[in-house]
Amino acid sequence: MIDFWSNLHPVVQGLIKGLAVIMVIFPLAGACSLAERKVSAWMQGRPGPNRAIVPWIAWIPFVGTFLQRLGVFHLMADGAKFLFKEEPVPGHVNKVYFALAPAIAMMPALTTITVVPFGAYFNAAGDAIPLVLANVDVGLLAVFAVSSLGVYSLILAGWASNSKYPFLGSVRASAQLISYELSMTLSVIPVFLWINAPGAPGTMSLAKVVEFQSLPGFWGGTWFVFLMPLSAFIFLVSLFAETNRQPFDMPESEADLVGGFHTEYGAFKWSLFFVAEYSHMLVGSGVFTLLFFGGWNPLPWISLADLVGWLHHATHAAWTIHPLFVGVLSLGIFLGKVLTLIFIFMWVRWTVPRFRYDQVMKLGWQKLLPLAIANLILYALAIAFIQKSAS
Amino acid sequence: MAPALFHLFALLTVASAVGVVATKNAVTAAMSFLLCLVGVAGLFVQLDAYLLAFLLLLVYAGAVVALFLFIIMLLDTQGQKNWGFKKFPIFVSLIALGLLLTGLGTFVTRGQLDAPNPNAAGGVGAALKPYAYQLFTTYLLPVQVMGFLLLIAMLGVIVLSKKIDGVEDVK
Repeated sequence: MIDFWSNLHPVVQGLIKGLAVIMVIFPLAGACSLAERKVSAWMQGRPGPNRAIVPWIAWIPFVGTFLQRLGVFHLMADGAKFLFKEEPVPGHVNKVYFALAPAIAMMPALTTITVVPFGAYFNAAGDAIPLVLANVDVGLLAVFAVSSLGVYSLILAGWASNSKYPFLGSVRASAQLISYELSMTLSVIPVFLWINAPGAPGTMSLAKVVEFQSLPGFWGGTWFVFLMPLSAFIFLVSLFAETNRQPFDMPESEADLVGGFHTEYGAFKWSLFFVAEYSHMLVGSGVFTLLFFGGWNPLPWISLADLVGWLHHATHAAWTIHPLFVGVLSLGIFLGKVLTLIFIFMWVRWTVPRFRYDQVMKLGWQKLLPLAIANLILYALAIAFIQKSAS
Repeated sequence: MAPALFHLFALLTVASAVGVVATKNAVTAAMSFLLCLVGVAGLFVQLDAYLLAFLLLLVYAGAVVALFLFIIMLLDTQGQKNWGFKKFPIFVSLIALGLLLTGLGTFVTRGQLDAPNPNAAGGVGAALKPYAYQLFTTYLLPVQVMGFLLLIAMLGVIVLSKKIDGVEDVK
């Protein structure tokens, strides 16, 4: 099995690994859309989707009814509906760009996952090896660069639709995404100033950030959210804006623009926009978890290595230190944190009223950006002072 | 593997660069420009200049071309006729053509480009520190001048877009 794998051509290996990750992220994004409906229903005190059921599962007592009430089959029903529905293409659109926009929405959303580590295991020497498709040194920069291309799908969708509301939505989208990208980029710089100690080779790798949060000792084990709460806050707010989530849903704004950039879209093209939005949320939450919430470390001051060590000590079983078990454990911890964040996204969406467009711009340029710059200068001075006195 | 990738990205870059000037639709031109930048970023990655590649994507592809599109869409250039050739553009184009031919000529006669000095590069590529060090030592003056230029441009935009009481709108 292992021999077969390592004998494969590197390109084939890469393809299989990439496809495996896409096979996870795509249904996960779909499941998020179901979760969104369930969470919104829960917050508004109604049952939510609870009818769809496959006949032969309905025959199972209790379990069948439970799954039906949970609404899990709505996911399949939705998927099948979007696949087999008629694809409406209005006569007044620019056909090439109209069809291209949903595809462009998916590409950056899925490409960013290549550099986001989602777990780790320990090799024989005890070093943590991150589970990631491409462990490049520019990690976070690659995420920012590729995800910034996502704005084109909104711009093109609105422009190609050739009608007023989508156009307004896409104009708002391009202004909003570019505005909040600045605060987002500035807010993470303190993290990288902190982990790039003088003398060591510089890095922007996300795996390195987690490594710094799993060092032993009080300061080593501190998650960066405690060290840099303001950075985390600015990053989170910008993340809401970058993923077009309420209260920043200007590109869509159902309240005043019908459906914003996707007004003219239907069926599978429409659902692609939504899978892309949820993929962006998943990747964004993943990056947020890695930067500020310790990545795959279970608790602050308790690293993955500690947990595995305790498990091994308690059970004396060999499987507790098997790389496969550790990998799955870290993946579970990481996914748990990411899904919690996704829940917070939904929680905010159904709690906070949406902004007006001028408020979004004012918040971005007059509040968040100065705050991010002040935060950066403060931390740059503090880190320089600490590292000077430490050396 | 590597030559195939090089040819792929080189072809993408050149084809989309031709697309920028050949197409009549302004949005298609901007999108071709975007593809061209992606192609150049791909070439940078093959030279191990990851930082440059991703900065190119982040700044140009992510923000600058998006603003181009933004403005093209706001101005709505769809109905415009071709302007035809005027004297000044022809003059400038001829100069540019001359420069291009000279560049190509030297490339052909010399047969190769100068190999970069491996010591001067100092392991640039993925590592960020050499870049930062160079920017704050050797290239400090250009960086400051560029920053100053951008500051002036920003001030100009603020002054132009600000509504000042008691001053007639200049149009």
